[in-house]
Amino acid sequence: MTAPTIEKSDVTKRLRAVGAAREFGILIALLLVILAATVANPNFLFSSDGWRDLLLTPSILVLLAVGQAIVIITRNVDLSVGSVLGLSAYLTGRLFIDLQGIPMVAVFLIVIVFGGLLGLVNGALVAFAKVPSLVITLGTLYAYRGINVLWTGSDRVNASDLPKEFLALGTGQILFIPILTIIALAVLVVAGWVMKNTRAGREFYAIGSDPAAAELYGLRVTRRLLTAFVLSGALAGLGGVLYAARYGTISSQAGSGWELDAVGAAVIGGVAIFGGSGTVWGAALGGVLLLTINRALPILGIPDFWQRAVVGVLIIGAIVLDRILAIRQKRKLLEAREDES
Amino acid sequence: MTDTPPSAAPPMLELSRVVKSFGAVIALRSGSLRLEAGSIHALVGENGAGKSTLVKIVAGLYRRDAGDFRLNGEEVDFTSTAQSKAAGIAVIYQEPTLFPDLSVTENVFMGRQPVGRFGRIDRKAMRREVEALFQRLAVRIDPDRPAEGLSIADQQVIEIAKAVSLDARVLIMDEPTAALSGVEVDRLFAIARSLRDEGRALLFISHRFDEVFDLCDTVTVMRDGAYISTTPIDETTPDELVRQMVGRDVTELFPKQEAVIGDPLLEVEGLSSAGVFHDISFTVRSGEIVGLAGLVGAGRSEVARAVFGVDGYDAGSVRLAGASVAKRDPAGAMRQGIALVPEDRRKQGLVLESSVARNLTLAIRTQLAKAGIITSGFENRAAKVWASRLEVKTTAMSTVAATLSGGNQQKVVLGKWLATEPQVLIIDEPTRGIDVGTKAEVHRLLSELAGRGMGILMISSELPEVLGMADRVLVMREGRITAEFERADATSENVMFAATHATGAHS
Repeated sequence: MTAPTIEKSDVTKRLRAVGAAREFGILIALLLVILAATVANPNFLFSSDGWRDLLLTPSILVLLAVGQAIVIITRNVDLSVGSVLGLSAYLTGRLFIDLQGIPMVAVFLIVIVFGGLLGLVNGALVAFAKVPSLVITLGTLYAYRGINVLWTGSDRVNASDLPKEFLALGTGQILFIPILTIIALAVLVVAGWVMKNTRAGREFYAIGSDPAAAELYGLRVTRRLLTAFVLSGALAGLGGVLYAARYGTISSQAGSGWELDAVGAAVIGGVAIFGGSGTVWGAALGGVLLLTINRALPILGIPDFWQRAVVGVLIIGAIVLDRILAIRQKRKLLEAREDES
Repeated sequence: MTDTPPSAAPPMLELSRVVKSFGAVIALRSGSLRLEAGSIHALVGENGAGKSTLVKIVAGLYRRDAGDFRLNGEEVDFTSTAQSKAAGIAVIYQEPTLFPDLSVTENVFMGRQPVGRFGRIDRKAMRREVEALFQRLAVRIDPDRPAEGLSIADQQVIEIAKAVSLDARVLIMDEPTAALSGVEVDRLFAIARSLRDEGRALLFISHRFDEVFDLCDTVTVMRDGAYISTTPIDETTPDELVRQMVGRDVTELFPKQEAVIGDPLLEVEGLSSAGVFHDISFTVRSGEIVGLAGLVGAGRSEVARAVFGVDGYDAGSVRLAGASVAKRDPAGAMRQGIALVPEDRRKQGLVLESSVARNLTLAIRTQLAKAGIITSGFENRAAKVWASRLEVKTTAMSTVAATLSGGNQQKVVLGKWLATEPQVLIIDEPTRGIDVGTKAEVHRLLSELAGRGMGILMISSELPEVLGMADRVLVMREGRITAEFERADATSENVMFAATHATGAHS
């Protein structure tokens, strides 16, 4: 019996469109925010500072959001990224101060590995002790911050302690694009490619989609979970170095609260909190939208204290939207099944 | 009990005298099985006969405690599903396990996608192979759609496609037809036969004898965790198989007391719920124990849940002592005097983290409260009464329920409901996972309760329990009551026959 080539069903086509629309929607929202802010104050976009801030501000968060997205896709969460970023930033400062003349590349490498190790601690606790990542990383959020406070004390690293060429990295541009943005974009492109096109990437989705099935399939769940947390930690480490380069001043509170922005970015960007769906691109766009709204609201004349609330509305709105889309998709698929039989 | 099946050339897969226990519970006493290439083998047995345990050992989910396990004559010992898969064994479970968010194609290839440069997955090759595979199996499922929302039949086909693309030599199907319609079963069988003709070994686990006789070449019977027999299918009959499945002593264990059977208490009429159960009517009288027998998945627990009001139903009525019981109102059902001891006591019956006292008084907490406050004094006093009546073995009322043995947990759940002083007790699998001694105690207790005029509806998959305890036996099969026997007429053979035998072809 020869069946003709199986065609894409209408449902599949429609679903694909919806999936793309989810990220496209964030992009539209972002453009609208930029448009509104620019109309209110043309300097928001059309000044060299405005343009630079637009790209520069979200760059570090994009790194965290990418890491967070990978972890959330595996049905976990990493709340320690803010603390990892803080510790990494301070370590960056200390390396430059204590080892005068250390090459920049070495600092990058050391700190990224350091962040990865902190992530490994999270991953090991989650994968081997089988404790929910929410609890584990909430613990390490405080623990890492505590170590940071202990280490830094009331001390802090100042811009004057750091090499000039390192600080130049934080504000420098190549062809009107900030270097930090280029780094973030590069990471995003690589992460997006890996998540879409490699076994490791697809297995992250599989594990988050159904952990029990992943075991039955014989996937190496433990190893993948470790990888996800190490990646998240390493990206937070990289974020720490860039934080040092951008701000120059590093106290023991650097990066405090960023973990929430990172989770928020992923959720706004359509990464399902129960794992298995969403993309790092969406999370990155979510991060950009989050911070851009924060900067646009004062320009639009919305008082300070409303800003957090707007972010909250955005997150809840995104979750409700995802839920509605998921329910509709399920119904469509069921209807299609009824039609066939 | 004989030993292993007769031997010839090394079979594709051979298990002999395999043992597996979980703590004190022995799931498999002596499991033996031989699968030959190019043959479809059936494995039959009652619920709890050890079939699933055997399959899980083959799949690498469990490790055997003792016994031989050979593949093509070579000793193997799997510690993970990945190993058994690598050895060419594919298992298709009753409930397929797919990744709902991922596409059908990805589901087929997960973990072993064809990769090119830089580890890039070759989507085109994957897609091509899936289409070829689906053509070969003559199925039409859009390979790009997500697995979410696929019918169980289609999900199974995907599992089979996965197994074929793995080039699995041994294919195990654990009750694959349980959720399928007639057409879907035919399609599945056609695929199974073509796989057999390619020289693979298939194992088919089923409760439906018509299917076993239709599809399989040989059949192995298991009972009570042990191998009973292996026979070519032409040399046996359904009656013979049933006899081998149930043949054991049914006497002794259960000290059933005679009780005076009185007026009807629980009257269920024409209860139907689309796709779950149909036209269920029965009566439970005071002092009577009614056994509800049937296979797992026949819809017995669902009926119990509907009667108690946990789930809704589409048609029919429930009356208790003449008064109608509201739909979807468990609290009302409790007030009227119905109690339901659920099947899964750890999940549905107990608050595992709480103390014995709290668990025992959970269902009567409103009566216990004074001005909305329950002191531990009230709680302990009320709980002690029941703990001693049921002989719950625990050192203190404050012991956490999770630490009790299965039998004592069951007593606590029972006590919790008996404290509400019900007229009718619905009890679902009263002795599952309980040691023999406690089992007898639970039975004594049920018998005693009936003696005091309580009406009891007992759902049980264990035939001896049903036959030993029940005054009347109802048998359900695929959502319908297919037979009713008085105590004197109920035998393991006729109950089992009613539970398994499709009158006519599969519907």
